[in-house]
Amino acid sequence: MNKLLVVDKLGKHFGGLVANEDISFHLEAGQIVGLIGPNGAGKTTLFNCIAGFYPPSEGTIRFLGNDITGMPSPKMAHMGIARTFQIVRCFGSMTVLENVMVGAMLRNKSVSIAHERASDELEFCGLSSRASVPASDLTVAEQRRLEVARALATEPHLLLLDEMMAGLTPSEVQEAVGLVKTIQKRGIACLIVEHVMEGIMPIADHMIVLDYGRKIAEGTPAEISCDPVVLAAYLGE
Amino acid sequence: MNWDILLQTLLSGILIGMVYALVAVGLSIIYGVMEIVNFAHGEFLMFGMYSSFWLFTLFALDPMLTLPLSALFLFALGALVYRFTIKRIASAPMVSQIFATFGLMILFRGVAQFLWKPDFRTVENSLVSGNVVVGGLYFGIPHLVAAVGAVLATGAVWWFINRTRLGAALEATAQDKEAAQLMGIPSHWMFALAWGLGAACAGVAGVLLSTFFPIFPEVGATFSLIAFVVVALGGFGNVTGALWAGIIVGVVEVLGGFLIGPEYKLAIVLTLFLLVIIVRPQGLMGRAE
Repeated sequence: MNKLLVVDKLGKHFGGLVANEDISFHLEAGQIVGLIGPNGAGKTTLFNCIAGFYPPSEGTIRFLGNDITGMPSPKMAHMGIARTFQIVRCFGSMTVLENVMVGAMLRNKSVSIAHERASDELEFCGLSSRASVPASDLTVAEQRRLEVARALATEPHLLLLDEMMAGLTPSEVQEAVGLVKTIQKRGIACLIVEHVMEGIMPIADHMIVLDYGRKIAEGTPAEISCDPVVLAAYLGE
Repeated sequence: MNWDILLQTLLSGILIGMVYALVAVGLSIIYGVMEIVNFAHGEFLMFGMYSSFWLFTLFALDPMLTLPLSALFLFALGALVYRFTIKRIASAPMVSQIFATFGLMILFRGVAQFLWKPDFRTVENSLVSGNVVVGGLYFGIPHLVAAVGAVLATGAVWWFINRTRLGAALEATAQDKEAAQLMGIPSHWMFALAWGLGAACAGVAGVLLSTFFPIFPEVGATFSLIAFVVVALGGFGNVTGALWAGIIVGVVEVLGGFLIGPEYKLAIVLTLFLLVIIVRPQGLMGRAE
């Protein structure tokens, strides 16, 4: 398999605060990779570096063979990286369909084609019936799916999902798990930050564990769940 | 009470209100996208008026013909103001932003006074002049043309924001610039676009006014004050709201001037403004947060 995303010795400091240090991993096309770690482990910082929200202090990020280190986020979107937010960031006063159309317009000059593309993604994410509702009227679970639909409409190769299952009911978690599986079937790789273990463990091909800004373990979900270093980080020895 | 005069007054209020709406739409776009209040907005209008005046005086080009040129010039000026001033204070505290646009206002007025003297100037005998009589009511042709032009321009802005790809990108940036960046929309270009568009709205209004309103360096003051009232009434970032609010302000101003006394015109408008802020802070058409 070809390497889609290669993160090499990535570090990010905010003044004296080290948020990420010496993190290396890679992700293959169509793979689902879970990124876990205790609160404050640096997961969101790593996400923000990959999505181009701020440049890393050290190290490189390569995507599809190109060096994308420090590229601003609009360019990342053009390259084929999309992300969702932990706290939903929908365009509140636009309708659900219009939200997704904004994403679809990245690759489509024509407004009517973007409209079609957006409708398709809404159907894929099970939001068709809510298309003409203002985004701010959706439930949290629906808003999360809307963010996914909007991100998918940009036609990414890699989707970064930031805690899409947090605060969902168990049945909503199962729906989200199903959605991620169907996204993978489309050949889109997913890097997922998640606290909900029953959501991430069954679908991840590979897991990366961070603690205090460093990578402390990686492997299959089964390997991770009995790794003594990981258990120590989570349970405090 | 003379009903003919009352009706006449009402109609002239509606006509000028449409121009107010266009000025306010420009202000509203800039605020809507960047949440920066542009105190130099009236000065964009003033530059629009002077561009019209000088093209007419020096090259005998009619304001109606040079309108697209003035619009382009103001668009460029707005984008440049963003690039060289606003961009630096985009994430600064609100007080710095107020001082920056207030400073621009003083600078622009000073430049106009230095270059063109504080004299009142007028565009005489342009293509649009004279009156028409419809059903016993008099309309100044310049006022009619200005009103129609302003409505068309407002309609064009509405169409641009609601029906085009670039407009959707602008709207997305207004609502959440980081989420918009993830959709591949570079915020800085959208901010420049908002300033260009906002300045162009004020500039076009200035050109439309130049055929019947005196032109002088401080002319923007009244118009930006009224634009604030219109925007507060119509709700920030709301184009259709601004149109209705503009008409309401125009009617209140002219009717109040007629019924109470012309010297109280602005006082009446500002009283309306205060009432709206107290009773409905989100604007007449604005949605409550």
